[in-house]
Amino acid sequence: MVTEQYWFIFLNAALINNFVLSSFLGICPFLGVSGKISTASRMGAAVAFVMLIASLSAYAIHQALVALNAEYLQLISYIVVIASAVQLVEMVIKKFSPALFRALGIFLPLITTNCAILGLALFQTNRHYDFFQSLSFALGAGAGFTIALVVMAGIREELQLSSVPDVLKGAGITLMVAGILSMAFMGFAGLGGNG
Amino acid sequence: MSEERIQSEKMAIFLKGLWKENPVFVMLLGMCPTLAVTNSVTNALVMGVATMAVLTLSNILVSSLRKLIPAQVRIATYILIIATFVTVADYAIKAASLEVHKALGAFIALIVVNCIILGRAEAFASKNSVGKAALDGLGMGLGFTFALFLLGAVREVLGNGSFLGMPLFGERFQPVTLMILPGGAFFVLGAYLLLFNWLKKRKAEKEEEKIVFFTGEESI
Amino acid sequence: MSETGIPIQAPPSVGGSRLMLAMGSVGFIAGILIVFTFQFTQPIIKANEKAFLEQSIFEVFPQTAYKKVFTPDENGVLQPVAEDAEVPYKIYACYDAHHALTGVVLGASGQGFQDVIHLIYGYDPRQQAIVGMKVLQSTETPGLGDKINNDPKFLSNFKHLDVRLNSAGDALRAPVTLIKGARQNNHQISAITGATISSRAVARMIAQSAAINIPLIYKNLKRLEEAGNE
Repeated sequence: MVTEQYWFIFLNAALINNFVLSSFLGICPFLGVSGKISTASRMGAAVAFVMLIASLSAYAIHQALVALNAEYLQLISYIVVIASAVQLVEMVIKKFSPALFRALGIFLPLITTNCAILGLALFQTNRHYDFFQSLSFALGAGAGFTIALVVMAGIREELQLSSVPDVLKGAGITLMVAGILSMAFMGFAGLGGNG
Repeated sequence: MSEERIQSEKMAIFLKGLWKENPVFVMLLGMCPTLAVTNSVTNALVMGVATMAVLTLSNILVSSLRKLIPAQVRIATYILIIATFVTVADYAIKAASLEVHKALGAFIALIVVNCIILGRAEAFASKNSVGKAALDGLGMGLGFTFALFLLGAVREVLGNGSFLGMPLFGERFQPVTLMILPGGAFFVLGAYLLLFNWLKKRKAEKEEEKIVFFTGEESI
Repeated sequence: MSETGIPIQAPPSVGGSRLMLAMGSVGFIAGILIVFTFQFTQPIIKANEKAFLEQSIFEVFPQTAYKKVFTPDENGVLQPVAEDAEVPYKIYACYDAHHALTGVVLGASGQGFQDVIHLIYGYDPRQQAIVGMKVLQSTETPGLGDKINNDPKFLSNFKHLDVRLNSAGDALRAPVTLIKGARQNNHQISAITGATISSRAVARMIAQSAAINIPLIYKNLKRLEEAGNE
């Protein structure tokens, strides 16, 4: 009974219910890797790419599990596939583009324990998205994650120049900024609401 | 080692998760559920207890299998073990109360990727005896639940004017809706970190004063 | 994250068979645990879900003594099916103790503010109106969006929501619409202040579902009424 438009799913995952700022998925890298715009954008791209692969594999696995009547294996198979997908991506990038591999470096293995990826796979299953809906959902989630990370990194670069009270330094001020950003993103709520 | 020493060591393992190494406030692990499900006290407590159960059980299993698991595949094995217990917890909560399961949604399944659990399996359970690993899991889980409860309490009381679903104030109370919205989660956690940092700083300053005092006395 | 980092150390070399054995035995334990839990909890979960649905239907139509499940076939004819049948869409016909049709319960779901909202609503063919609505599942913001489930003013919209058909009987005379402020007509739903998006989602779901299903029920009304005597 899901009668949503593809663009609405995309917008919803990217802006209205931003994966990071509203659904709280992928907070660890959001707090950890948002110090500089350059690393943030690379991390965003890597996550977005893995999201796409994970979403497509999760769609296939779900079909297979439903056919086998073994839905209780869903969580285990998702996490195993995500871990292998990350490994695979790592190997492929290493083979075909050593420069990119060096740039992404340590971020790649960390993606396995990024809850945004597993969250994406679980949400698309819960919402009964079809193939193309899953695709636009994954693209939107990747875009949303990258946007949140890069915007945050931009603000934190500016923050370095301002005097933050001692007790708020580090995670404290980052969370406060994230709160303001999250409120700002609520402004997108009106978008697509008529759809 | 005397009996007493062993007792106090066990106590220390259990207590460190509550305060000194609190997973949320000190180690900043498991942020996603901390922020996402603390919009009410009930949700926060259920999430905390579910995580504690998974953490303790996976710690026990990892610790009892620690000599059998080859180092190359240990991370994969840990993830497999954790995913198993999370699936079990998911079904158990669903059977106990549909309502709670619906409120937490996908976040129960997301316990799998909670960094705390894999972190404790790797850093503690794989190197210690079953008893210690169980204590560590209980302590860390309790610390996590405690942190979630603190966040949930502030957000529910201010944002909805209720505690555990019971209204606290009269009809005239105008709730601070922001507290329940995602933004409020970030603010409340930020404020708690501020509080913790301030406490830590004050303690450090006091100790510094003491040292100055003692050295001053000695010089006389 | 750094705490979970894998310390780099040269692992002692272990034979492939040992690796397989270790992974295999852990997988075996995992499999047994999951299957056992699944077998143990599944009947309880099924019973919970059934009781919850029954309770919800009863809340919409309190006079219900028993109900029958129907699903539309490709010709638009409602066919009776078993209660736990795997069909894409179910319609619940409710009967009172005298075998008279008290109403029809329909399901609808759609994207809310946070996640998908699932709800049921009751249609009374005699009044040609929707006479009740209950949200089955939503993760809307507590205190804001979740008012769709407990705000008495909002729920009163569904005590009598006009869905009369046009003279041809193939479409609603006036579509269900959402309005900000007090309702002027019985086919309007008045939105909750501060939770416009969730209210709009509910209104849209009911409008879409009603536009398709009410004419269908009207066409099959005789079938549904007669089914009560079987």
